[in-house]
Amino acid sequence: MPKDSGIGASSKRREDVRFLTGKGRYTDDINRAGQAYAYFLRSDVAHGRIRSIDTTEAAAMPGVLRIFTDEDFKDTGSLPTAWTVTSIDGSVQQEPRHPVLAEGIVRHVGEPIAGIVAETIEQARDAAEKIVLEMEELPAVTDAKAAVEAGAPQVHEELTSNLCFDWGFIQDNKAAVDAAFETAHHVTSLELVNQRVVANPMEPRCAVAEYDAGDDQYTLWTTSQNPHVIRMMMGAFVLNIPETKLRVVAPDVGGAFGSKIYNYNEEAFVTLAARILGRPVKWTSSRTEAFVSDAQGRDHQTKIELALDADGMFLAFRTETYANLGAYLRLFATVTPTYLHGPAAGGAYRTPLAYVNVKGVFTNTVPVDAYRGAGRPEGTYQLERLVDKAARELGIDPAELRRKNFVKPEEFPYQTPLAVVYDSGNYHATLDKLLDLSDYAGFAARRQESAARGKLRGYGFATWVECSGLAPSQLIGQLGARAGLYESAMVRVNPTGGIQVFTGTHSHGQGHETAFAQIVAEHLGIDEKLIEIIHGDTAKIPFGMGTYGSRSGAVGGAAILKATEKVIAKARKFAAHILEASEEDVNLVNGQFTVAGTDRSMAWAEVALAAYVPHNYPSDTLEPGLEESAFYDPENFVYPAGAYGCEVEVDPETGVVEVLNFVAADDFGTIINPMIVAGQQHGGVAQGIGQALLESAVYDKNGQLTSGSFMEYAMPRASDLPCFVVDHSCQTPTPHNPLGVKGCGEAGAIGAPPAVVNAVLDALNNGGYDVPDIDMPLSPSRVWAAMQSAS
Amino acid sequence: MYNFDFAKPSTIADAVKAMSEEDAQALGGGQTLIPTLKQRLAAPSTLVSLTGIPEMQGICMDDAGRLCIGGATTHATVAAEGAAHYPALAAMASHIGDPAVRNRGTLGGSLANNDPSACYPAAVLASGATVVTNAREIAADDYFQGMFTTALDEGEIITEVKFPVPEAANYQKFVQPASRFALVGVFVAKYADGVRVAVTGASEDGVFRWSEAEEALSSDFSAGALDGLSVDASTMIGDLHGTPEYRAHLVSVMTRRAVAAC
Repeated sequence: MPKDSGIGASSKRREDVRFLTGKGRYTDDINRAGQAYAYFLRSDVAHGRIRSIDTTEAAAMPGVLRIFTDEDFKDTGSLPTAWTVTSIDGSVQQEPRHPVLAEGIVRHVGEPIAGIVAETIEQARDAAEKIVLEMEELPAVTDAKAAVEAGAPQVHEELTSNLCFDWGFIQDNKAAVDAAFETAHHVTSLELVNQRVVANPMEPRCAVAEYDAGDDQYTLWTTSQNPHVIRMMMGAFVLNIPETKLRVVAPDVGGAFGSKIYNYNEEAFVTLAARILGRPVKWTSSRTEAFVSDAQGRDHQTKIELALDADGMFLAFRTETYANLGAYLRLFATVTPTYLHGPAAGGAYRTPLAYVNVKGVFTNTVPVDAYRGAGRPEGTYQLERLVDKAARELGIDPAELRRKNFVKPEEFPYQTPLAVVYDSGNYHATLDKLLDLSDYAGFAARRQESAARGKLRGYGFATWVECSGLAPSQLIGQLGARAGLYESAMVRVNPTGGIQVFTGTHSHGQGHETAFAQIVAEHLGIDEKLIEIIHGDTAKIPFGMGTYGSRSGAVGGAAILKATEKVIAKARKFAAHILEASEEDVNLVNGQFTVAGTDRSMAWAEVALAAYVPHNYPSDTLEPGLEESAFYDPENFVYPAGAYGCEVEVDPETGVVEVLNFVAADDFGTIINPMIVAGQQHGGVAQGIGQALLESAVYDKNGQLTSGSFMEYAMPRASDLPCFVVDHSCQTPTPHNPLGVKGCGEAGAIGAPPAVVNAVLDALNNGGYDVPDIDMPLSPSRVWAAMQSAS
Repeated sequence: MYNFDFAKPSTIADAVKAMSEEDAQALGGGQTLIPTLKQRLAAPSTLVSLTGIPEMQGICMDDAGRLCIGGATTHATVAAEGAAHYPALAAMASHIGDPAVRNRGTLGGSLANNDPSACYPAAVLASGATVVTNAREIAADDYFQGMFTTALDEGEIITEVKFPVPEAANYQKFVQPASRFALVGVFVAKYADGVRVAVTGASEDGVFRWSEAEEALSSDFSAGALDGLSVDASTMIGDLHGTPEYRAHLVSVMTRRAVAAC
């Protein structure tokens, strides 16, 4: 019998009422009295030296309040990055200054050069066209491998090279790994590209800033996944504003996928401009600007090799990756291809030896940062493509090769050769579930049926393990993190029993307002409707790190649980006092405080009211009020996992790939709201199929983004996708947090791309086309070309 | 966008007069022009909307059995009302863009723009239609003169297009994955006096007739008649979504499919 409330119930998303009726309040909906508008003159070349900027005529245009250039920001700090990565040789990453407005040199198309503030946005645009800019175009480099070759254009003249870091993980493993390859029975190797993508959330970025000179207070409304992080980073490192003087509000946010984590140039710009001008200043990104100013994702070129013994057991794997970081380091730029990539790069397998090498490289392209999955999709993609290739080379069923190499259920907690300990799991169970749900046994017949229609049918597997629930602060501190990744919560019980929960996480589509209320309702035994979740405003919520890395349930949810337990503990004291019982005898059951062995009880609301009416309490031992805070720092990461199966049909005449079936069998540990989890699975899988088949940020050799609009950049649409079958019935709750939850937000984007590509390769290779390898996106043109070169 | 004056005449005569202003620009459904203006890539002095002119609206059959469609008729109207007269044309119109595009975009606007990836040029050329303007009648074979280039003079307005109705016809569109315009679109129309095949999306020169295929199909209207025929890849478009060779290949495949579907 499914629950209708609390943990495990498919409570309807309460936030959807406002989203679906047009009542959501997004940053662009916020308009302040006297508001002026900012527009940015952006570089149209990928690399250039600014010879001169003449703003005289532009500044005299109607409505123009001021034109800002780098001179106005020379005292501001660099936009920060959050992690120090140390190279094999012991040196730390090269970290160039990232200015708010370009300082003499532009390094990617879209980099802001000047900011125009005017009474209207059209006036600001008019003025921008009157700025006289003399630019000396410099040679550009856009490809990570080309950027580290001798003689390549230098993105940052002050650095020794374009190599930001050369990271070996774990360097001490390398000799043993190499030795294993020397003697292996079989080695499978693969070179592949995990192409660059653009996040493209439905809501473009927006920032509105206001300055109150009376009390020297700044307020920034912005499209952010982590308002406190913006306040801390921008206040402390960029604009030098104390936290006490800066409020950051991230209201409803229409999707982010990682791209709204960072402290962007435009946020700092409007905040400073608002003070200088004494006017609120608003900037709203156009879709065109978003393509060249939002952080982009992926962009890895990897060589990966697997050593196997005669029985098909994995002995070792090693990788060498060139990770394109773009022109500057954004917040998670260096941790994404390293510590978010390496630790789970071994996937679900008990490969005893592993070595991951990643070279982070600067290029004249838009900065790259975390994008749904951030590092883990890249690791999963390369490994799962490689395992499939090994299966093909050895003539072993790809499911069997995986199964025989899985970490066994009894081996958890499992120490991997890549530093981390997997918490819990049953990879055999998720694979069995997948085979069942996707009727793998019936595939051969379906393939025949397709062949009869002239189509090539293929089935592709992928299994995945994510190192998620960011993050245990002590561990990441040792690895180079410059901050902790705990989460906070405050639970405030109001006098009449209603509860406000203040969380440091941020919901931008995930359904926190519903799911977090379920956690509290479960433990208090009260109606979810009595519980309100508040997030997104630094003036209201305790200091917290925000939402990304599938962390909100595992870390934020645990903080809420911890604060809720504190509230219950205190409420018991009130109940015990009023019921004249000892605390140990008072229990909270279904919203009632009862005294063991008696019929005495008090309802939750009565205790809440009593907490605020302290007429007869022992004031020296019992404070009035019922409000508790908690900070939760996880003991370890959590390791959700899954097995995905994709079934495709390829049209051999045109190369068109049709996804016929997609089954996701996931283990997310404890499920708070199955409906919301299924929604996350659907969205992630859709995004993963988008990368596999459609999406690609393509730069030409001059650094122009040739797929810089939806006319050229292909987003997945409903008609590109089948009805997904998603399952999360295999549950191995994590022992690493008190809820047992593992995180589900990124799963689909991690597991879907290799499943799709493996399915297409299966279709081709079983259809008479010897195609050992193909890179995403699997556009019809590319698939057709691969078939042409095979036949 | 930049400032402009706006005129919405209710007769063709008034529209022609409004178009005589310097830098005046005709506005059909605005599905290409409005985004262009928003990006500040065009700066007309006056936008002359052609959507308020009753004589440029609607669909009828003339005495010669031709389907006559007003220049300002939307794709949605053609899709709905043309089906009884010229099903292949209506089906093509029903797959242009999305519902919002189809309810704004017009036949005349599409033809005046002559986007090399638009669908309508293939239908008009394959049908041997006549493009009627405020000044003259232009045969389809003379109308299309390369990418974004037509026989229209400055200020000339497409008021109507007359389509001879074929015995059989079909349009096959292979969509570009991002824009969903035609990466290659082939319209095949079979008339008593021969078969016409027009290809959009593929060529550097815009919509064109594949005369080799027309000849073969005119003597044997079957997909098999196309065996061994192909277009020259050297004149095809190459871009992110397809090489010239791929487009040339698709022209053959889509033509076969169109014939098979007739």
